[in-house]
Amino acid sequence: MNLQQHNISDNNFEQCIKCTVCTVYCPVAAVNPDYPGPKQAGPDGERLRLKRPDFYDEALKYCINCKRCEVACPSNVRIGDIIQMARIKYSKKKPKVRDFILANTDLVGTLSTPFAPVVNATLGLKPVKAILDGVMQIDHRRTFPKYAFGTFESWYKKQAEKQACFPQQVSYFHGCYVNYNNPPLGKDLVKVMNAMGVGVQLLKKEKCCGVALISNGFIHQAQKQAAQNISSIRESVVDKQIPVIATSSTCAFTIRDEYPHLLGIQNADVRDHIELATRYIYRLLSQKEIKLNFKKNTKIKVAYHTPCHLEKLGWAYYSIELLKLIPNIELTVLDSQCCGIAGTYGFKKENYKTSQNIGESLFKQIEACDIDYVVTDCETCKWQIEMSTSKPCEHPISILAKALEDRE
Amino acid sequence: MKFDTIIVGGGLAGLLCGIRLSKEGQRCVVISAGQSALHFSSGSFDLLNALPDGTPVRNPLAGVEELIRQQPLHPYAKLGKEKFGELAVLARELLLEAGIAVKGEEKANHYRVTPMGNLKPTWLTLKDLLACESDSHLPWKKIAIFNVLGFLDFYTQFIADEFRKMGTESSIHSFNFPVLECIRKNPTEMRSTNIARLFDKQENLEELIRLLKTESGEAEAIILPAIVGLGQDDVVEQLQEKVGKTICLLPTLPPSVPGIHTQQQLRKYFQHLGGVYMLGDTVLRAEKEGRKVVRVYSYNHGDIPFVGKNVVLATGSFFSQGLIATSERIYEPVFDLDVSFSKDREQWYNLDLFAAQPYQTFGVKTDDSFRAMYRGQAFENLYVAGAVLEGFNAMKEGCGAGVSVLSALSVAERILSK
Repeated sequence: MNLQQHNISDNNFEQCIKCTVCTVYCPVAAVNPDYPGPKQAGPDGERLRLKRPDFYDEALKYCINCKRCEVACPSNVRIGDIIQMARIKYSKKKPKVRDFILANTDLVGTLSTPFAPVVNATLGLKPVKAILDGVMQIDHRRTFPKYAFGTFESWYKKQAEKQACFPQQVSYFHGCYVNYNNPPLGKDLVKVMNAMGVGVQLLKKEKCCGVALISNGFIHQAQKQAAQNISSIRESVVDKQIPVIATSSTCAFTIRDEYPHLLGIQNADVRDHIELATRYIYRLLSQKEIKLNFKKNTKIKVAYHTPCHLEKLGWAYYSIELLKLIPNIELTVLDSQCCGIAGTYGFKKENYKTSQNIGESLFKQIEACDIDYVVTDCETCKWQIEMSTSKPCEHPISILAKALEDRE
Repeated sequence: MKFDTIIVGGGLAGLLCGIRLSKEGQRCVVISAGQSALHFSSGSFDLLNALPDGTPVRNPLAGVEELIRQQPLHPYAKLGKEKFGELAVLARELLLEAGIAVKGEEKANHYRVTPMGNLKPTWLTLKDLLACESDSHLPWKKIAIFNVLGFLDFYTQFIADEFRKMGTESSIHSFNFPVLECIRKNPTEMRSTNIARLFDKQENLEELIRLLKTESGEAEAIILPAIVGLGQDDVVEQLQEKVGKTICLLPTLPPSVPGIHTQQQLRKYFQHLGGVYMLGDTVLRAEKEGRKVVRVYSYNHGDIPFVGKNVVLATGSFFSQGLIATSERIYEPVFDLDVSFSKDREQWYNLDLFAAQPYQTFGVKTDDSFRAMYRGQAFENLYVAGAVLEGFNAMKEGCGAGVSVLSALSVAERILSK
């Protein structure tokens, strides 16, 4: 009789040897004593919760899902997933109206972009911030990302025909941020791709990747959106044989790993064909003789920041190597550490202090650098860095696009 | 991804190999599946404390000759006596260069203090930890041992008892600050690193200084658990200067603050030299052409391979999953290299827990140049370094760190001489 078979869980928490290395590298445990740390919140707590669900500890809400515990774990335990699954399964707390607004980046973006100038101006006003803080518990010290006047999708419609002419094609998962807040990044991506002879398509139907829905507890809605996205991605990858790229490291990570691990949405048939734009470009450059036509006289100093989900993906290397191709670039790679924003987490009044304390040493390191830009693949890191330091922050694709000669 | 050398494993062996190669201008990548065993380090590095037959070794440089005679498969036997001495000096210098301040030398072991208060011989000890020349007494008559209230990974009474046997009287002091109350909310997480984070803040350090000054009384020296200096180097100097007494740290149970600091320093130095460090990735398979490994594929990088002229396997032993034991066999999971182990499972272990355990000497077979054996033949460009090697018992011979750094440096030299 094999007794072991009765002791195997869906996740692999039995692999934990209690070494505490995860807690050593947890950015939250380092600054917030209310959070018990990933070892206790994850594998230790799981053992108890399996016995009796009321061992669930609401302090698990402090986990920012950065996955740095998983990167550090010498035993390959999916600690972050265990914690997120426990929140999904056991948390009795209902999300607030505020959480609904923060989580629905898609809906809020759709409502805001037509009135962008008004919305941006209003959100910047002190009394409005005070109300948001008092009524909604969205911290008044937080700067909101600006909405764009007109979406990336509406701009793209006018380009679709031209893009279809390129012999090689990719599908672009632009994400809410590019669509509603930063269409120029999407345009930069199109420029860079075109410079390499690749045309850019959009997916048949793109929904928000759902990362904010997951972290705010709207699991059914996240599952619905994930299923729709995977079906659109499948159409591109399987039916049309066109791979999918994203510029947001968190969108890419969520679609590849959180869908199957947290939402139960299977993606094994397409997972390898969803990746970050910088990785796609790196591969293309190493396979084909493509000469990128850089401007001659650019001089630029940048520091690269590795977002947590990119650290988990292990792909910061590609973004860094691409930046190195730019002639006369001075590149510093910042220590890989969490900036503290963690998507919608840092917007919440109760998390503001934790969020800023986590980022403190990163901000110091940035301020000590003599640079023109911080460069990173994550939009929420960008907000946090721009709000908390004196340096502007750009996506590597935008830096690359700026350095490329404009083609006629 | 093109590199001169691909190093699988990011602990002491992998990093030291990478540092040596990067210094000569090689482009290296280290791929590490999670953090390394240095996180459990005592803060000391052993070179050679005893021969396989149990005879103690006082001078490793002299003792190695007899070790080689007794155990011809030992990694040190593959180096030979001369190289052993030469690389030991080089290793010590490299550690110092990387910013890891160690004391000790190759020609005479000194003694470190275990978390239980016993003295054990060793080669190098981090500068802030207590180390002494004698194996029977400490340099003081009266000391004060301080511990954080509720920190359970440090046993003051055991230590005081052992010290008394050596003629040193200890007073035991337990202390508590309001900031320590915060981490006490989770008593199970009251661990060395969580406490050390607090002492990375100057205001908390000042509080500790005040306390040590007022409470240490007549004591000649102060002993603290290794719960300071996670993020900075000069904490103990600062304490000594301001308190006006000798202050020594003793290792705690893991996680090891001095070990983590060492790991981070080594990684930083490797990256400073141009090395690429990839954490949290697992090498899944390799493509071979004849007797050469030409491409290595990992979980994170999928279809994009690591391409390198040479590959070094430094994945550690059972604990780090460089070796995997099932009930039938022991195997090496990355390249499925030849592993020495007894077919009869009863021969793997000794029922006397404290006796030499045969499984400790199991490991990957290599030729005399540390090139990995696969189905009885050596690879031309796949080298093996560190705890994953066969032929030594780190515990009984007291040679774990020495095997790691010396084999790593030897591999680096062989790659450079190609």
